[in-house]
Amino acid sequence: MRYLVVLEATTPDAPPPAELMAGILQLGEDATRAGVLLDTAGLAPSAAGAKVAVGGDGLRVTDGPFAESKEMISYAVYDTRTKEEAVEWTSRFMALHRDLWPGWEGEARVLKVMGPEDFGPPS
Amino acid sequence: MTGASGVAAVEAVWRIESARLVAGLARFTGDVGTAEELAQDALVAALERWPVSGVPPNPGGWLMTTAKNRAVDGFRRAAVHRRAVEAIGRDATDVVDERDAVDDALDDPVGDDVLRLLFTACHPALHRDHRVALVLRCLSGLRTDEIARAFLVPDPVAGQRISRAKKALRDKGIRFAMPGPDELVERLASVLEVIYLVFNEGYSATAGEDWMRPELCAEALRLARLTASLVPEQAEAHGLAALLELTQARAAARHDADGRPVLLQHQDRRRWDALLVRRGLAALARAAEAGAIGPYTLQAAVAACHATARTADETDRAQIAALYDVLAAGWPSPVVALNRAMAHGYASGPEAGLALFEEVDEVALAAYPQRPAVHGELLAMAGRHAEAADRFAEAAVLTRNEPERALFAARAAEAAAAHAPESGRDR
Repeated sequence: MRYLVVLEATTPDAPPPAELMAGILQLGEDATRAGVLLDTAGLAPSAAGAKVAVGGDGLRVTDGPFAESKEMISYAVYDTRTKEEAVEWTSRFMALHRDLWPGWEGEARVLKVMGPEDFGPPS
Repeated sequence: MTGASGVAAVEAVWRIESARLVAGLARFTGDVGTAEELAQDALVAALERWPVSGVPPNPGGWLMTTAKNRAVDGFRRAAVHRRAVEAIGRDATDVVDERDAVDDALDDPVGDDVLRLLFTACHPALHRDHRVALVLRCLSGLRTDEIARAFLVPDPVAGQRISRAKKALRDKGIRFAMPGPDELVERLASVLEVIYLVFNEGYSATAGEDWMRPELCAEALRLARLTASLVPEQAEAHGLAALLELTQARAAARHDADGRPVLLQHQDRRRWDALLVRRGLAALARAAEAGAIGPYTLQAAVAACHATARTADETDRAQIAALYDVLAAGWPSPVVALNRAMAHGYASGPEAGLALFEEVDEVALAAYPQRPAVHGELLAMAGRHAEAADRFAEAAVLTRNEPERALFAARAAEAAAAHAPESGRDR
C-alpha cells in the first residue's frame, strides 16, 4: 500500500548538522534498498510557490510566501504492507531530527494513497 | 521509543528488520535454518515485551542481542557448548558481552549479509518450491500461514517446505556464503527466477477464485528492487525490476468493476500507475547501462512498448515482434515461441502469427491454457471464428483460475456469435 508522507516544520536559523544529513541519507538508502521508498524530494520554501484557490470571489492565484507558522519541507512516497510500517520508517526519520537537531520542531503526516486495493472487486 | 507499541507496530519492525536479522544471525551461526529459528524466537520475545514496554529505541539491535543470547543459552543447555562454539569459531563469553559484535552484525551498510542470505536461500540444489518458501520466510519475514495462503496450500504443506529447505541446506552442507565470481551469474539467475515465480503466482494465480494475489506481487516487487540495489552492476537484476514495475503498473486496470479480467488491449490506460511506469523505465535504462542483455531485460523492453503507448493501437507492434525474435533466438522456450507467434500476429497479420504458431511445442504446452487461447485469438483475427470458438472453449477447460475461465468462455461465445451470421449467409 502506498503512503505519502509530507513533512512540515519550523527550522532553526542554524543550518542542519552534517550528522543529521548523513543520517537522513543513510535512512533513505536503507529504505530504498529495502524496496519500500519509491520517491522522495525536498520542497523549496513557499516563496517559490503559489496558491490557487476557489472561493466566493471566484478563482484566485496568490504567489508565496504564505504566512504559515510551518513550511512544507519534503515529501516521501513509501510502498509498505501496512500503515504501521510506513509510520515506523517515518518515526525513524523524525527521531533523527529529535536526536541531532536541537530546537527543531516538525510534524510528518502519513497519508494513505488510494490504490487498487481500495477499488478492488467484491471478493 | 519509535512508533506505536501494539502488535502491529512489532510486526512493522519485524518486516523492516527480519532480513538483516536472519542474515546477521546466519553469519554468526553459519547456518540459515538455525538463524531463522533464532530470529523467530526473538520475534516471539518482542511480541511478549514490546506491546507492554514499548518498542525500544534500537529495535533491530534489541532483536539481534536477544537472538544471540538465546543462541548461546541454547548451546549451553544442549551441553554441546564447547563443540558449538568451536564450530562457529568464537568464544561464547566474548559474544555475549561484546556489544560491538552485535551491532556489527546489524551494521551492514552494503547489504552483503542480506545478499549472501538471498543467494543461500536460492541455492539451485534446493527444490524450486522450497527456495520460494525459504525466501518468503527469511527475506520477507512472512509467517507460515501467510506463505500457505499465498500459494493456496494448507499450512502444514508450507511449514514442510520451509523445514525441508532448511534440512536440505544442512544435509547438503550448503554454507551461508556468496557464490564465487565464476558462479555468480548462474546463481543470480536462480535468485531472479524465484522472485519471478513469486510475482507470477500473485499476478496470474494458477488456481483459485482470485485473478491476482496482490500481496505476493508487492512482495516480489520489493525483492526485485532489493536485489537490483544489492547487485547494481548486474543488468538482469535491473531488467527483472523493470519488468515487474512495468507489469505491476497495469494491475489496477486488469479487472473491471465486477472483478472480470480485462485484456491488455482493452485496459483503461488512465488507470495505469504512472509512478511505477516511470520507475520501470528508469530501471530498464539502468539495465541497458549495465550491459549484457538478458531475457528479463528483453521482456521489460516489451512491457515498456506497452507502457509508453497512449492507446493500444499506437503500440509499436513491430518492435515487440522484433524483441520476441531476439528472445526466441537467445532464450528459446515454448512460452516465448507462443508469445512470439501472437506478437507477429499483431505486427504482420494473423497468417504470419498462425505460421509461427505451427512451430510451438504442442506437447510441452499441452496443459497450458494460453496455448489454445493464443491460437483462438489468431484464428479470430483471421476470420476463422468457428475454429477460434473451439480453441477458446479448450482454454476455458484447461485453466484452473475461475475468472480466467469466465474470460475464455466469453471469448468462445463471442467467436461463436461471430461465426453464426457467416453460417447463416452460407445457407
